[in-house]
Amino acid sequence: MNESRRVYFDHQATCPVDPRVLEAMLPFFRETFGNAASRSHSYGWDAERATDQARESIGAAIGASGREIVFTSGATESNNLAILGAARMYRDKGKHLITCGTEHKAVLDPMKFLEHEGWEVTVLDVDGLGRIDLDALRAAIRPDTTLVSLMHANNEIGTLHPIAKIGAICKEKGVLFHTDATQSVGKVPVDVEAMGVDLLSASAHKIYGPKGVGMLYVRRRAPRVRLDPIMHGGGHERGLRSGTLNVPGIVGFARALELCLAERDSDSARVGALRDRLQRRFEEALTHVHVNGDQENRLAANLNISFEFVEGESLLMGMEGIAVSSGSACTSASLEPSYVLRALGVGDELAHSSVRFSLGRASTEDEVDYVAARTIAAVTRLREMSPLYEMALEGIDLKTVQWTGH
Amino acid sequence: MVYSEKVIDHYQHPRNVGSLDKSSSEVGTGVVGAPECGDVMKLQIQVEDGVIVDAKFKTFGCGSAIASSSLATEWLKGRTIEEAQQIRNVDIVEELALPPVKIHCSVLAEDAIRSALEDWRKKQSQPNA
Repeated sequence: MNESRRVYFDHQATCPVDPRVLEAMLPFFRETFGNAASRSHSYGWDAERATDQARESIGAAIGASGREIVFTSGATESNNLAILGAARMYRDKGKHLITCGTEHKAVLDPMKFLEHEGWEVTVLDVDGLGRIDLDALRAAIRPDTTLVSLMHANNEIGTLHPIAKIGAICKEKGVLFHTDATQSVGKVPVDVEAMGVDLLSASAHKIYGPKGVGMLYVRRRAPRVRLDPIMHGGGHERGLRSGTLNVPGIVGFARALELCLAERDSDSARVGALRDRLQRRFEEALTHVHVNGDQENRLAANLNISFEFVEGESLLMGMEGIAVSSGSACTSASLEPSYVLRALGVGDELAHSSVRFSLGRASTEDEVDYVAARTIAAVTRLREMSPLYEMALEGIDLKTVQWTGH
Repeated sequence: MVYSEKVIDHYQHPRNVGSLDKSSSEVGTGVVGAPECGDVMKLQIQVEDGVIVDAKFKTFGCGSAIASSSLATEWLKGRTIEEAQQIRNVDIVEELALPPVKIHCSVLAEDAIRSALEDWRKKQSQPNA
C-alpha cells in the first residue's frame, strides 16, 4: 500500500471550500469590497445588497425569513449568543435552563458559565445510543425554565435528535427552544416552522463554505425572541451582533448552503452507501468492533466505531496520511476520553478505542476501500501487541481483573 | 501529537513484542495500568543466574506507551537484577524525548519493570516454585 497517499475522512471537523463557493466569494475581496454598513456610497450599497441576498437565501433554506438571520463568526459564537442572550434577556421570568450531556462544548460551557452567575442548569441524560427521553425533557421543564438547548445532529456520533417533537413540547410548555444545527444544516431537512425552533445555530465551514462565518436564526414572530447581545459596538445586525459584516464569508456561506440543498438528496444517499460499505468492511474483517451512536437515526456521513483492545491514538499513528478523529484521551487537549461517549455509557475503555470517520462530498469507493484496508491492518498489528487482546483470547473477562490504575 | 523519531521508530518496529511463560520460575511478569485509563503494559523478564536473558512486552496504549515499554525491554536484556532496578522513568523520557503530557507513559514503564522484578523475586522465595 502506498503509505504516502492522503485521504481526508474528517469532514465533521471541517470541509474544504467548494470551488463554486470560492468563485462566488472572490469578487467581494477586491471589487465589491465595501462595508455593508456604509450607507453613503455604492461600495457600501453593493456589499449590503450581497449580504441581504445571502440572508434571504439562507433564511429560505431553513424555512425562515432573511430578517431572522444574524450573521456571526461561527457556530460557537451563535451558540453563545443564543444561550447567554436568551438567558439574560428573560432572567426576570426565571433562571433555569435545560440541555443534555452530549451537546458540543460551545453549548455546555456557556451553560456552565451561567451556572456561576446564578442560573440553574438541568443536563438531561442520554441512552446508550445518544437519545434523550422526551418524557424526561417534559418533566424537567419548570415554571422558571426559559430555554431548552438540544442539538440536531451530534458531532461525534451523528445521532439525530427528534427536533420537531422537542419543539412541540417546548411550545406546549411555553419555553424557548434553541438547537445547534451545525452538523445538520445542508445535510438533512431543516425547517424552523415545522420543527418549532426559536433559535438555531449553523456554520459555513461544515458545509464546504469558508471558516469564520456562521449564523443564528432568531424567531421574529410567535413568539418574537429577544436577546441580550454579547458583542457591543456599532449596532450591526439590528443591534444583536455588532461588528463589520464578513461580506465574502457571508456570500460564500449562502452559496455553500444553496449547493448543499440542490445536491443534498443525491449526496446523502451516495455518502450513506459509502459509510455503510466502510462499516461492513470492518465488521467482516474484525471481531470486537462496536458502532457508537444510533444506527437508525444518524448522519449519513458519520461512522463512530470502537476497535476493542486497541488505543485510539496509537491506531491513528498507524494510519498515517488518513485524517480521522479519535475519542481517545491521548488525542484530546483535555487528556480525558470523549465525554460524549462517556455520556452514552460505553465505558472509558471503549472511548479510548474509538475512531470517528466522517465522509464527504468528494469521498470515493476507492478511498473507502483503502482506508478500510489500512485501518484493519493497523488494528490487527496493534492487537497482536495488546495485552488486553491476549487476555481476551485466553478467555479472561477484563472486567474481573484487578487493575492498577494510575 | 508530534513525536520524536525514536518514538516513531519504536512504534513502527517495536522490539521484543510477545509473551514468556508466566508459570516458569525464571520468569517475572508485571502488568500495570488499566484499560479505562487508556494504557496497560505487560512486561516480562526471564532471569538466569541473576542476569536478565530475555524480556518481552505487550502494551495497550498510545504511541509513547508502546515506545516506552519497547525501550524498557531493550534496556533490560543483559542487565543484572540490581542493574535493572536502577532504570528510572527520567532515563526513558530523555532517551525518547517524550513531551510533558507523555511522562506518565515512562512512569508506567518504570512501574512495569518494578512489578516484573517483584514477581520474579517472589517466585524465588517460594521453595517449590
